[in-house]
Amino acid sequence: MVFLSHLISGVSLGGIYAIIALGYTMVYGIAKMLNFAHGDVIMVGGYACFFMVTYYDLPVAVGVLVAMAVCTLLGVSIERLAYKPLRRAPALAVLITAIGVSYFLQNAAQLLWTSNPRVFPSVVGNTSLNLFGGQLSISSTAIVTISICVVIMVALTWFTSKTKTGKAMRACSEDKAAAQLMGISVNTTISMTFAIGSALAAIAGVLLCSAYPTLSPTTGAMPGIKAFTAAVFGGIGSIPGAMIGGILLGIIEIFGKAYISTQLSDAIVFFVLIVVLLVKPDGLLGKRVQEKV
Amino acid sequence: MRNQMRKLQKPTRTAIFTYALVIAAFVIVQILVAGGNVNSTLAGQFVPICAYVVMAISLNLTVGILGELSLGHAGFMSVGAFSGVVAGMSLGGAIPSEPLRLTVSMIIGAACAGVAGFLIGIPVLRLNGDYLAIVTLAFGEIIKNVINCLTVGVDSGGLHFGFLSTADALNLEPSGTVIINGPMGISGIPKLASFTAGFILILVTLFIVMNLVNSRSGRAILALRENRIAAVSVGIFATKYKLMAFVVSAALAGAAGTLYAMNFSTIVATKFGFNTSILILVFVVLGGLGNIAGSIIAATLLTVLPEMLRGFSDFRMLIYAIVLILVMLATNSARFRALPGQLASKLRPARTSAKEGATGE
Repeated sequence: MVFLSHLISGVSLGGIYAIIALGYTMVYGIAKMLNFAHGDVIMVGGYACFFMVTYYDLPVAVGVLVAMAVCTLLGVSIERLAYKPLRRAPALAVLITAIGVSYFLQNAAQLLWTSNPRVFPSVVGNTSLNLFGGQLSISSTAIVTISICVVIMVALTWFTSKTKTGKAMRACSEDKAAAQLMGISVNTTISMTFAIGSALAAIAGVLLCSAYPTLSPTTGAMPGIKAFTAAVFGGIGSIPGAMIGGILLGIIEIFGKAYISTQLSDAIVFFVLIVVLLVKPDGLLGKRVQEKV
Repeated sequence: MRNQMRKLQKPTRTAIFTYALVIAAFVIVQILVAGGNVNSTLAGQFVPICAYVVMAISLNLTVGILGELSLGHAGFMSVGAFSGVVAGMSLGGAIPSEPLRLTVSMIIGAACAGVAGFLIGIPVLRLNGDYLAIVTLAFGEIIKNVINCLTVGVDSGGLHFGFLSTADALNLEPSGTVIINGPMGISGIPKLASFTAGFILILVTLFIVMNLVNSRSGRAILALRENRIAAVSVGIFATKYKLMAFVVSAALAGAAGTLYAMNFSTIVATKFGFNTSILILVFVVLGGLGNIAGSIIAATLLTVLPEMLRGFSDFRMLIYAIVLILVMLATNSARFRALPGQLASKLRPARTSAKEGATGE
C-alpha cells in the first residue's frame, strides 16, 4: 500500500516533469536549441495564475487560461526577439542567449514581485480520495495532475500526427530545407512550437505550484533542469520519449526520497540518468543518427 | 625589434601577448593598491577574479579547444575546494609555512579534481554533443548533493569520514575538529589565499594550457575538434587525447576551487551549483571559444561588472542579463548588426531634407 501511494505521487510529480519536458523536446526537435528559459516561463505562468486567483478572485479555470495566454505571448516574443536573429549562429551562442533570457526573466520577476515566496492557493482543493478503507489516500492534486497529463499527451499525439500544423512541425524537425521547399513556412512553424511549449509550461507551472505551494522567482529553475534531463532521458526531440522520461524521473525521485535518502534524491535521479545514457547514448526512445564521413 | 617579433611564430606571439596581459594587469593593480586607489569591495574581488580566470581558462580547454560542451565545471571546482580545504586544515600542524601549505592544498585539490575528471571522463567522453552536456550537468548536481551529505573530521588518529550522518557520529577525540559538516559546509577556513597566489596560479595555468595546446598532443586535440572522423582515420587515439584535455581541465578547476575557498571563511556545496557552471561558460563564450586571452578578459570584466553596476542596485542583474543577450546578438547576428545602420539611413533622408529646406531659405 505504501509502495502504491509512493508510486502514485511519483507518477503525479513525473506528469508535471513530462509536461515541462514536452516543451523542451518540441523546441529542441525543431530549432535544435536548448531553451534554458523554459523553466522561467513556468514561473511566470505560476505568477499569472496566482495573481488572477488571489487578487482578482477569478475562478481557477480563468486563471489557468490567463496564465496560458501570458506564457504563449511571452514564449513567442522571446523567440522573435532573442532566438530568431540567431537562427544561423553557432549552437553555443544560442545557448548563452537562452541563459541570458533566463536570467532576465528571473530578475525581472524579482523586481516586479519581490523575492519573498508567495503561498500558492491550492487550485484543486484539499480533499483526497480514500481507498481500501483509508489505507491508500490519493490527494485530489495528484488525480487532477495525472488526468491533465493524460489529456495533454493524447491531444499532443493527435495534434502532431493528424493536423496540418502538427505534420508541418514534424517535417521541419526532420529537414528544414526540404520542408520549406514543400511550402511550409518554417518561421511560423517554429513560432507555433514555442507557443504550444509555453502554453504547456503555464499548465505545468500551475500544477507544480499546487503540488508544492510556494512561488518565488526561482521556482522554475530546478524543475526546469530536471525536466530537461527527463527530455534527454527519453531521447531529446521525441514526444513520447519526453512523456516516458518525465514520468520515470518523477517515480525515481519519489522512490529515492522514500526508500534511500531525502538529501540524496537529486543525486539518485542524475545518477540513473548517467547510467541510462551510457547504456543507450541517445536516450530511451531517441533516434540513432548514423554518422557519415 | 619589430622584425624579431615578426619572425616568431604565431602561437609564440599569442603566448607572449597573453603573459604580458596578465603580468601588466597584476603590476597595474599592485600600483593602484599601493596608491590607495582601490576600494575595499573591489579589493575583496581580487582572489575570486583570479579563481574565475583560472576556471574560464580551464573550461576553455574543454569547450573551446576540445570542442565538447561541459555544463558541470563547477563540480570540479567543488571537489577541489573541499578536498583542498580539508588538506589545508588538517595539515595545519605539519606545514607551518602558509604559502607552502596553500601550494600543497592546491596540488591536493587539483589531484582530487583530476581523479574525478578521469572517472567521469572515461564513460562520458563516449557521448557527444548535447548528451555530453547533460551528463556533465548531472555530474555537477551529484557532486553538490554528495558533498552536502558528507562529514569529515580530523583528530590525532587522522581523518574520519561520515556519510549521511551527523558530525557526532564521526567519533572524534575531544581534541579533534569537524572540518566538513554536511549541509553546513566548512567554516573557519584559514585565509591562506592572496592576490599574489592567485596571480601565480594564473601564470601556471597559462603555462600548462598554452604548452599543451602547442604540443603534439594539443594538435591532436585540435584535430579531433575540427573533424573527429578524419582525425581518427589518420591514427589519432580519440579517447586518450579527449581524456587528456578533460583531466587537465578538471585538475586546473580543482586548483582554482581551493584558491577560491581559501579566500572565504565559510563555504557550502550549494555555492558550486549549476549557476556557477553557467557563469563560467558565459565567460568562455563571451571571451571567444579557444581564445585564452579572451577568457581572461571576459572573466575579469564580468566579475567586476555587477560590482560596477552597484549604483543601479536592484536593476544590476537585469542589466547584466540584457548586456549578455545584446552581446550575443551583436556578435552573431548579421541582421542585428545592420540594425543601427538601417535606423540611421531611415533618419538621414529626413535630416537631409530638413537641411535642404534650411538652405532653400
